[in-house]
Amino acid sequence: MTSPTITSMPPEHEQASSRIELIIAWLWVGIPAAWGIWHVFLTSLKLFQ
Amino acid sequence: MAGLSFFDRERTIAKPGFNRWLVPPAALSIHLAIGQAYAWSVFNLPLSHALGIDHSAPGDWKLTTIGWAFSIAIVFLGVSAAVFGRWLERVGPRKAMFVAACCFSGGFFVGAIGVVTHQIWLLYLGYGVLGGTGLGIGYISPVSTLIKWFPDRPGMATGLAIMGFGGGAMIASPLSVFLMQHYRSATSIGVWQTFVTLGVLYFVFMMWGVFTVRVPAPGWQPRGWVPSAHRKKLVTTANVHVDEAMKTPQFWLLWWVLCLNVTAGIAVLEQASPMIQETFNGRVTAVAAAGFVGLLSLFNMGGRFGWSTFSDYIGRKATYTTFFILGAFLYATVPQTGRVGSVALFVLGYLIIISMYGGGFATIPAYLRDIFGTMHVGAIHGRILTAWSAAGIFGPALINYIRQYEIDHGVPKSQSYTITMYIMAGLLIIGLICNLLVKPVNEKHYYVAGGDEAERTPGYTPGRPTIPVEG
Repeated sequence: MTSPTITSMPPEHEQASSRIELIIAWLWVGIPAAWGIWHVFLTSLKLFQ
Repeated sequence: MAGLSFFDRERTIAKPGFNRWLVPPAALSIHLAIGQAYAWSVFNLPLSHALGIDHSAPGDWKLTTIGWAFSIAIVFLGVSAAVFGRWLERVGPRKAMFVAACCFSGGFFVGAIGVVTHQIWLLYLGYGVLGGTGLGIGYISPVSTLIKWFPDRPGMATGLAIMGFGGGAMIASPLSVFLMQHYRSATSIGVWQTFVTLGVLYFVFMMWGVFTVRVPAPGWQPRGWVPSAHRKKLVTTANVHVDEAMKTPQFWLLWWVLCLNVTAGIAVLEQASPMIQETFNGRVTAVAAAGFVGLLSLFNMGGRFGWSTFSDYIGRKATYTTFFILGAFLYATVPQTGRVGSVALFVLGYLIIISMYGGGFATIPAYLRDIFGTMHVGAIHGRILTAWSAAGIFGPALINYIRQYEIDHGVPKSQSYTITMYIMAGLLIIGLICNLLVKPVNEKHYYVAGGDEAERTPGYTPGRPTIPVEG
């Protein structure tokens, strides 16, 4: 029985996956944060009405 | 128990090529969740109608009774941050963030049972004790990791995370209102269902941070970064043990620096809406005052990131000196804007004040790193957060009692905040003195290699303690 061979990704693929991971990471926190900030921004506009 | 070993510090050491910019969103996923605490007030009114549904029935909880859940949570935030800081440094951020997620979400589930069975002690135990413990562990869990990943920009890195805590309520408040409306029926106020939904959502949201967070390998440094040869006087390359740090005057000076800065800001946040309405009687409506509170929240959040990033360039001591001098000036002059009737200047003054309140929270971890080193910075940060708890009691009490005293003695409501603002300015002058007294830690407090705990801490270099370089 042979042990499974682990093939590593070429560096350019690794970089691309890292970039996608980074974008997903910031969207994960960015979207809810932007939604919350937008709500507060709308509320704060009432000061000028 | 192979599954549990996933949470061990050793399993979180980053492999070569790991992008350090993945760590701030991991930290933010914790802080944006636990920042929900500031939105607790949206549950107050519905919970006071839990039995009567659309009115308060006999046996319904009073608002003061419900308010204790939040107070208990804040007390347990301070206590758990202080108690679990050393444990966090030992086990690493992933396990601590996992425990924080379990406690925080578990708090909602236990609280939901309390609402369903109408037993207030379960609400206190769930949201207060369990949730508060999650708040404390979650608040400090990513701080030292971020400082180790960003030795070139520690203020910016911790500012990003702590900004999330300020922003958490902005998400939680509209989300909770939406969920309560969705679940509301003729027989239910919808709160227990909202608690369960929030518990699940926050657990998933926080677990993403648990999976993503990594600690740097020992000796790791950002590519191309060379520590400046011209080091600032206060920035040490040595490390101080958390228990030893508490024996230094620097710890207690910084405790007062944080406490006095927070006291001044929290008092304004607490009274923002009535303060602007009473100062400009008839000119500022309740709706416009809500807008003022919203603007304060935005500047509180923005100040956390802005000021802490700025501190990377001008230094922590100079940043706090700015807070105290500019803050004292603004507290002393803003009441005059009320007298001359300038709403714009009044608002502008308080927006700057509140940005410095947020900035004080976000800059303190980097200040502690400068003074005590990276080894136990998370634990030291946890212990210094007791200053926040103290300020949380002292600040609002000060403004409420003095205002009432003034009104009882015939001072018009529009001027009832003037004396309080002068007192706040005085407190900030005391804070300025404390900050100016902060000097580098005496060498006798430095941690000397040989301790097993330090050697397991990534980023810590064993050897003879180094002396801060004058510059």
